[in-house]
Amino acid sequence: MEQKEYQSINKSVRKKDAMQLLLGKPVYVDDVVPGKPLVVKLLRSPHANAIVQEIRCETAKKVPGVVDIFTWEDVPSNRFTIAGQTYPEPSPYDRLIIDRHVRFSGDVVAIIAAETEKAALKAMKLIKVSYQVLDAVLDFRTAKDNPVLVHPEEDWFPPCEVGGSNKRNLVASDVSSHGDVEAVMASCDVVIDNTYHTKAFNQAMMETFRTYTELDRYGRLHVISSTQIVFHCRRILSRALGIPKSQIRVEKPRIGGGFGAKQSAVCEVYPAFVTMKTGRPAELVYSREESQIAGSPRHEMEIHVRLGANKDGRIRALDLYTLSNTGAYGEHGPTTVGLSGHKSIPLYSSGLEAYRFGYDVVYTNLQAAGAYRGYGATQGIFAVESAVNELAEKLGIDPTVIRDQNMVKEGMTMPAYYNETASACALDRCMEHCRKMFHWEEKYPVRDMGNGKVRAAGVAMAMQGSGIANVDVGSATIKLSEDGTYNLLIGAADMGTGCDTILAQMAAECLDCRVEDVAVFGADTDASPYDSGSYASSTTYVTGKAVEKACGEMKKKICAVAAQMLDCDAGELLFEGKQVRRLGTEQSVSLTDIAYRTQVCSTESATVTGTHSSPVSPPPFMVGMVEIELDKLTGQVTVLDYMAVVDCGTPINPALARIQAEGGIVQGIGHTLMENVTYNSNGRPMESSFMQYKLPTRLDMGKLHVEFENSYEPTGPFGAKSIGEIVINTPAPALAHAIYRATGVWHRELPITPEQIALSLPE
Amino acid sequence: MTMEIKLKLNGKILCGQIEPDCLLIDFLREHGCYSVKRGCETSNCGLCTVLMDGKPVLSCSILAARADGRDVQTLEGLQAEAEDFVGFIADQGAEQCGFCNPGFVMNTIALLRENPDPTDDEIRAFLAGNLCRCSGYEGQLRGIRNYLNSRKG
Amino acid sequence: MINIQNYVRPQSLEEAYQLNQKRQNRIIGGMLWLKMSSLSVHTAIDLCDLGLDRIEENQEQFSIGAMATLRQIEQHEGLNRYSGGKIAAAVKDIVGVQFRNLATVGGSIWGRFGFSDVLTIFLSMDSYVELYKGGILPLEQFASQKADRDILLRLIVKKTPGRFTYRAMRNQRGDFPVLACAVSRLNGEYRAVAGARPGKALLLRDEKKLLSDGITEASAQAFADSFAELVPTGSNLRGSAAYRTHLIRVLCTRNLLELGGNDDHGNQA
Repeated sequence: MEQKEYQSINKSVRKKDAMQLLLGKPVYVDDVVPGKPLVVKLLRSPHANAIVQEIRCETAKKVPGVVDIFTWEDVPSNRFTIAGQTYPEPSPYDRLIIDRHVRFSGDVVAIIAAETEKAALKAMKLIKVSYQVLDAVLDFRTAKDNPVLVHPEEDWFPPCEVGGSNKRNLVASDVSSHGDVEAVMASCDVVIDNTYHTKAFNQAMMETFRTYTELDRYGRLHVISSTQIVFHCRRILSRALGIPKSQIRVEKPRIGGGFGAKQSAVCEVYPAFVTMKTGRPAELVYSREESQIAGSPRHEMEIHVRLGANKDGRIRALDLYTLSNTGAYGEHGPTTVGLSGHKSIPLYSSGLEAYRFGYDVVYTNLQAAGAYRGYGATQGIFAVESAVNELAEKLGIDPTVIRDQNMVKEGMTMPAYYNETASACALDRCMEHCRKMFHWEEKYPVRDMGNGKVRAAGVAMAMQGSGIANVDVGSATIKLSEDGTYNLLIGAADMGTGCDTILAQMAAECLDCRVEDVAVFGADTDASPYDSGSYASSTTYVTGKAVEKACGEMKKKICAVAAQMLDCDAGELLFEGKQVRRLGTEQSVSLTDIAYRTQVCSTESATVTGTHSSPVSPPPFMVGMVEIELDKLTGQVTVLDYMAVVDCGTPINPALARIQAEGGIVQGIGHTLMENVTYNSNGRPMESSFMQYKLPTRLDMGKLHVEFENSYEPTGPFGAKSIGEIVINTPAPALAHAIYRATGVWHRELPITPEQIALSLPE
Repeated sequence: MTMEIKLKLNGKILCGQIEPDCLLIDFLREHGCYSVKRGCETSNCGLCTVLMDGKPVLSCSILAARADGRDVQTLEGLQAEAEDFVGFIADQGAEQCGFCNPGFVMNTIALLRENPDPTDDEIRAFLAGNLCRCSGYEGQLRGIRNYLNSRKG
Repeated sequence: MINIQNYVRPQSLEEAYQLNQKRQNRIIGGMLWLKMSSLSVHTAIDLCDLGLDRIEENQEQFSIGAMATLRQIEQHEGLNRYSGGKIAAAVKDIVGVQFRNLATVGGSIWGRFGFSDVLTIFLSMDSYVELYKGGILPLEQFASQKADRDILLRLIVKKTPGRFTYRAMRNQRGDFPVLACAVSRLNGEYRAVAGARPGKALLLRDEKKLLSDGITEASAQAFADSFAELVPTGSNLRGSAAYRTHLIRVLCTRNLLELGGNDDHGNQA
């Protein structure tokens, strides 16, 4: 492991926007909206599958303050996807702004634009719709080849071939393998064969979806949105509205959380359509209910795992089949599912002789799923890590020891991970470190605390990626100012993660200046260099490398200007941050003078853009251990301690990396123990508010302790990999394990509620 | 039917015309208090916390009419008191997306006024009604703890 | 959201009462549940000027104004001295401090909400309500009546010698209880209350005299079994009827053992 002393890297620098945020400054969409835009509200279908036979808006339009109401008859007929992905998107073009065929309870039937919210809501009640109600597909296990088609339309279009067919309710389907799974499985001493089920958990970021749109001073569509993907958003709007990209500008202010939800353009098209139709500024703010029932939650998955091993604990074969429920529309359907196998199986690359991974992604008449932190890996890791725990318990081997024996180690090839090599992997050290920190030997044995209460522990490992290999593009523009400070322009989106600061730390390290001397701007399609956006754990790893490249070029430029000024060869010069010095002399020029020089009769621009894409996606690794106290009579699980050790390469900002880990763990605890998703007879989520969808409070998560084991990723900026997503993956399998230890019962469906625990035990 | 209310907002007397069912949160945002955020419609998240007559309350659940004659404070009016401790939270990076911060900071102010030297459990209990989806809460606690320790010198 | 056309702060109870006789008018309490309704209210009647927000204590009783908040009863020394801290224990997990600073005792009692921790704990005490027209009547009787157009002025809790216990099971700490259970001994009389069944809290006494020889593991179990059998439960998002019945048994037993002083594990459910 390389250990370098840095000035700005591996330092817990305060986030650049920290004090603004903590002091409540107006920095979010709804705070920066000028004047009083039109209020946009959406009338939504109560039916899961229906055709709008007739819709009458005359009375509603007469409500004072109502400006206009739009229905399926008013919108363009170009199908598009709202998935924020690189073109051509793997997600099918299956949406219209408003479709006559509504496909889930919550699908949009009409767009109302009014001067006030009250007027809009009053009008909503007065719109008369008659529906032809159709049979609906509400159970994803029956979706494939069901006679009821969610997308019977002829213009359904998949831009990429991913094995789907709208005539089979199939969005994607594939099988990949390595070795002869059946033969190896047949020769194994033990086969664990189970099915695991995870639900459509909601990101529940505190700021719901929201977008403001106006025509700017050039008459172009100006969009201010809470989005992780400004450039994809521009492309989506261009296709959906049928207007050129040059006529659209998308920017994001600060974002009140995303976690992947805002990697889909969930609400942008509606106010944009209103502004294009009326010429007036418009704003749409989703209610919490809308965010819960018509957002972009996690894909519900059912994962069948067969795991073959020898009695000595050697894991030899893994066979996964994932059934993924994409809901009414296919956003991120073909891609999330891949991670359920490709980011779970490789954890056991060590002795694995064969694997097979197959999947089907199906349409149903339920809320469409999207991207959620972990993106399929979370579901797959719950299944595979649970199966490994079940194996360990069955064989009577310590589950941390069975992992020591089988886990991927540095330098190994990972066949299930597109044959990438684990060039930086401290998973073994993470396990050792976590075991010591957690006192595994003391906590693993089940302890009876009396009065029906027992204490027990569980463990899980995780991996993720760092960006999408051969796809993601990160860019950074760096500009030198005349006082010798810099502007860093990015198209990546800080959604609270701190990437603005982290990228500035990298620039400061490269340019030998203070982090305060790098002003960050992002993201705006007019001003930022192209970036795929902030998702897939890409920003630190991919955009970070672009920053490094841009800064390298910037230093060359600075030296070239200095060479002119000193009348010497650039090769004789040394960049020293505040000045450039001629080697072997006392001659130097200050950065300020160099900057001024570029503003007078200069043909040398003091601006550089660096762009990066990576052929690999190095996985971060993690070990999580949890100690619980379980009340066998009530079924209540109290999380006492959650400890985790993460290998994210070099943590660029350890404080922010730690907060990412802690936040991800608590989300994972929520999904495992209390966030439920159930549906009414129309397929609408019953947990449609924070009164019913229960996020963990600070009294529900016990004590967290996160530490790091650094590796050094040679292809990453300063050895960094990613941190943002992996951290959500360990709680479900670790908690399910601890609950088994405490009760003797394996729970293979999330969430594991107190009721399920209590009623699974003999009285 | 609109009605007039008169209240003290961040130390200044303010008169406003409101609809009887206008909620305090909307009134405050209309009067420039953008720190006050809405995170739910069901009184569950704590993002809209303001002080009314010194007590932390959910501004999403109070009629603006009820604030007539009362003293209302938002984070806009308590910048100095907040600055005293929020830097310690910034040092942890625990502000994260920031959207829950104003409500959480307001309730922390209320906590520290009521109990200047709280234990960790007292902090957790008092702030339990402030949801945060980003930070996992632990960093917020460390920040407050560091602040309290710094005061003890 | 609720729609309100007028807002009035009556200056006398009579004025409030007269206003409240119109079907389209509504007294507002803490507004926490009311604001989520889709009611259309002609006049919202706010009792905040009528001095009903005080908790008064004398030698015989506590008199809790209808507009006193849950936070006030949580922090009231006298109430918690009398109840052994159980009133605070009953309300401390209701959403958050900011919520409890708004939610009123009157609103909680008047609403006779199924999920109410407040109704559950006070039913285990020697409690009465004072109505503007209806006078004073036992809380138990009031809870079983339908809402009318009278005005709830105060909740009265007599300082009858007693011991109290309270346990609630929640799926998440700020959530409604899946089940709430209060058990008390008032002047030697046992009271067991089950709330969040999910129906309105139900109070039963030891009619079968299962506890007449004192609390033992066996008698506690027997009483809890009988209690669980007698109390109807239902299913909702938070739990099934079967689980609730199971919880009544568990929480009631634990409460009884705590009353009897056999439980070393404090006040946690």
